Amino acid sequence: MTLPAPFPDWFAKRGWQIHPHQQEMLARKDEAALLLIAPTGGGKTLAGFLPTLVELADGAHKGLHTLYISPLKALAADIRRNLSTPVEEMALPIRIEDRTGDTSYTVKRRQRADPPHILLTTPESLALLLSYEDAPRIFAGLKRVVVDEIHALAESKRGDQLMLALARLDRLCPGLRRVGLSATVEDPPALAHFLARHPDPCTILQADPGPEPDISMLQTEAAPPWSGGGGAYAIPEVLDEIRRHRITLIFHNTRAQAEIFFHTLWMANDEGLPIGIHHGSLDRQQRERVEKAMVQGRLRAVVCTGSLDLGIDWGDVDLVIQVGAPKNVKRLVQRIGRANHRYSAPSKALLVPANRFEVVECVAALEAVKDNDLDGDPRGPGPRDVLCQQILIAACSGPIDPDALFAEVTSAGPYAALTRPDYDACLDFVATGGYALRSYDQWQRLKQRPDGQWQLRDPRAAQLIRMNIGTIQDSDTLKVRMKRGGGRALGEVEEGFAASLTPGDTFLIGGRIVRYEGLRELTVEVSRDPGRKPKVAVFSGTKFATSTQLSHRILRMFRQDSWPELPAATAEWLALQREVSRLPQPGRLLVESFPHDGRQHLVAYGFAGRNAMQTLGLLLTKRMEEMGLAPLGFVATDYATLIWGLDAVSDPGPLFDRTALREGLEGWLAGNAVMKRTFRASATIAGLINRVTPQARKSGRQATFSSDILYDTLHRYDPDHLLMQVTREEAMRGLVDFGRIEEMLDRINGIDHLALSRVTPLAAPLFLEVGKVPVEGEGRARLEEAEAERLMQEAGLA
Amino acid sequence: MDGYAFTLAGAELLALPSGALYWPAQGLLCVSDLHLGKAERMARRALSPLPPYETQDTLARLEEALELTGAETVVCLGDSFDDDAAARALPPKDRLWITTLQAGRRWIWIEGNHDPGPVDLGGEHLSELALGPLTFRHIAETAARGEVSGHYHPKAGLRGRWRPAFLYDAARLILPAFGTYTGGLRSDARELRALMAPDARAVLTGETARVIPMPR
Repeated sequence: MTLPAPFPDWFAKRGWQIHPHQQEMLARKDEAALLLIAPTGGGKTLAGFLPTLVELADGAHKGLHTLYISPLKALAADIRRNLSTPVEEMALPIRIEDRTGDTSYTVKRRQRADPPHILLTTPESLALLLSYEDAPRIFAGLKRVVVDEIHALAESKRGDQLMLALARLDRLCPGLRRVGLSATVEDPPALAHFLARHPDPCTILQADPGPEPDISMLQTEAAPPWSGGGGAYAIPEVLDEIRRHRITLIFHNTRAQAEIFFHTLWMANDEGLPIGIHHGSLDRQQRERVEKAMVQGRLRAVVCTGSLDLGIDWGDVDLVIQVGAPKNVKRLVQRIGRANHRYSAPSKALLVPANRFEVVECVAALEAVKDNDLDGDPRGPGPRDVLCQQILIAACSGPIDPDALFAEVTSAGPYAALTRPDYDACLDFVATGGYALRSYDQWQRLKQRPDGQWQLRDPRAAQLIRMNIGTIQDSDTLKVRMKRGGGRALGEVEEGFAASLTPGDTFLIGGRIVRYEGLRELTVEVSRDPGRKPKVAVFSGTKFATSTQLSHRILRMFRQDSWPELPAATAEWLALQREVSRLPQPGRLLVESFPHDGRQHLVAYGFAGRNAMQTLGLLLTKRMEEMGLAPLGFVATDYATLIWGLDAVSDPGPLFDRTALREGLEGWLAGNAVMKRTFRASATIAGLINRVTPQARKSGRQATFSSDILYDTLHRYDPDHLLMQVTREEAMRGLVDFGRIEEMLDRINGIDHLALSRVTPLAAPLFLEVGKVPVEGEGRARLEEAEAERLMQEAGLA
Repeated sequence: MDGYAFTLAGAELLALPSGALYWPAQGLLCVSDLHLGKAERMARRALSPLPPYETQDTLARLEEALELTGAETVVCLGDSFDDDAAARALPPKDRLWITTLQAGRRWIWIEGNHDPGPVDLGGEHLSELALGPLTFRHIAETAARGEVSGHYHPKAGLRGRWRPAFLYDAARLILPAFGTYTGGLRSDARELRALMAPDARAVLTGETARVIPMPR
């Protein structure tokens, strides 16, 4: 298809050539579903919008034409600014507006009455719009939906919710066309299946991936330490690189590590290079200040986390440094793409392993990038808690015809395989609570009318449901504010971290050390602390587990006779391990046992990723407790679990019996904190718990009770309840990650047990790991008793 | 019997790990803030359909405490029902259960802010009860002596874990909430710091009743 006027002139005036994939998108603009996969800087957004601009150029269309959905509010605003350029320069008769949680009430109301041609929004704002009774009128005439950064959305429940919203839009606007824009992914057909309107197909367009990235390991004077995740040893070289480049992004895997690194970096930053910090726990205004400074080119480097992973054009970034093992090759490749937003130039990236084991992991990741071997685990079918919320949203907009709604939700990719009984169970949960004990029938949430349709019993419930739309969990963080000087907001910390603080404790936030003063209402009050060393920043953020593919690569590397590609210190370390013990092998499970410091130790090198190795630690110690082996505690990393106790394990074989492990899991899951946390998230999404209530403020804190109580109650009286099923499913593939324990058991065909006299080289770093887990039992009760006694003595009350 | 023994205004009391208070000399068991019928009230107000098992769970634990102590008098210290309508809407089976528990005992419902009206269940309905050196009422009064109250659902923390707790000093005792669907107010909250003397203690509930200085 040739571009109509005035487009060719505009391209020519800018000195641009239309990219082949932009041309292709235009040619295929009438297809019902299109997925475009293009690298960063490939003109993806324009490719997505070009058909819209062309269709709207003659000014004939009235009302909403294109809906653009992005995972970030900031991205929606950024795109609005970027789109205004061609629209203004070509004088196109097109109105573009964004609508997010930050949009004012007046503007939102006007947008509902008189929608723009192009509306830029987020999945949550779209879900809210669809819950209004006048949704059919708002979306009348809608022709196209563009989903940006769909690879990121597809990894979470936000994506599942969005696909359900698209299914709903499709019913309101027959003939609606959908387009997904994605960065490089490992399995394009899976993403196309996610986006498609089932049973119709979705066409995949692949843009030229551009030149190979220029990626290597940062050479440092000092060898990396044995354990830990800081990367502080590399600060002098990192500063050199910042000096040599225009703008450097320094990615970290966790917020706490980003904070510590930023603090240490500034202490060494003698010439005062302008360096900022950006992560999801910081106050929004602080983040916006850093973003603005970056775009204006006033910063030379930004220390950041995944909060900068997504598509906003941050200006002239020409180097990405990844501190800590990337854990996942796909994310590494996407991060590298942040450097050099120009299509034709290779992106430049440096890896900084945080410790000696991560050196091996980084080398494996470099090879995977070279081989273009991306990883990713399939996500499984759409979660039912999100479906429950969708039913509530539908009920807010009007009566539900159960058959029509079933047809609608099963046209969404994640729910294409949903069975009618599973759907009916979700509808029953939304309507009645779905409990085995049928109570309070007169107060059901939904009532069935004589014509078979379901409607809200109390229409006033719609307000509360709308307030709680969304799948993002933010309820377990507390705001941090300065106690004096107007109470400036600094950011957020996790509730668990806040609970562990006592007045006088110091921690890092936004790169500064603050002193904990106290908790007021639901805010952590702090003051400036002049000290140089904080207690520690332990609000953790997401901890990613090393992917299955990367773990396998590492195991394969261990088979080599020597490792010329590794730095000498690491190669020698591996050789020494081979000499005194053995290196883990693919197909075998290496288990070492040895005495150390008066305790017996056992290490299992399972290479199943942090979450699974943590679960394995819990299951093994439980079995050991039953077998009278008196385990005292354990610690887990991505590759191994270290257990210590009073007695030596002579035969580890029975410990790894699959049936016994699975039985142990069932029993252990019941009272587990991981399950309770998972339950809280699912119960909130499904609408059992309200994140926000209009009464919350005035009724005070003692009126709300913990969701743990609901979990315990259901576990005791209604263990097969829908939400308990959902919780079990989520935990198994999420934090519990039992799937990868099974994967480990599948791939090993035997255990190599070595009883040794002392700590081995590969086990040594495990002793320095943080996050040791004490085994529950007698020990904990004794500790509490001692602590209570000490407090009473100290207070003079004993 | 497991519990933490202490004296209030000369009365020798036992704080049980379950959150109930026992006064052996009087054969009296006191529980506070049962909030029976909370799930029904939440559903009625179209807030959320909570699992409807909390009344049976609370009553089961109350029954256990009665069996353990063999108490002859029971004082429910107010907010026994989540509201007056919740008391009226109690399913017949739970009603019968309460009647069974009441058989052969003196049973006193103290009125609370959630359940000010008399309920259509056996037992006496009082705004407060004076017995020997002690006064039982729902909400603590500033100048009181030998006072046993509830209302605040106090919690106290040890080694980073916060759980329901008794708070007491020379003048008063505040009971934790006994109901299953109840949250709590940390003892370092302004209201509780103002009520309790500097040397107040907290008795944690749970596996064992453990005393610590009241966290403030």
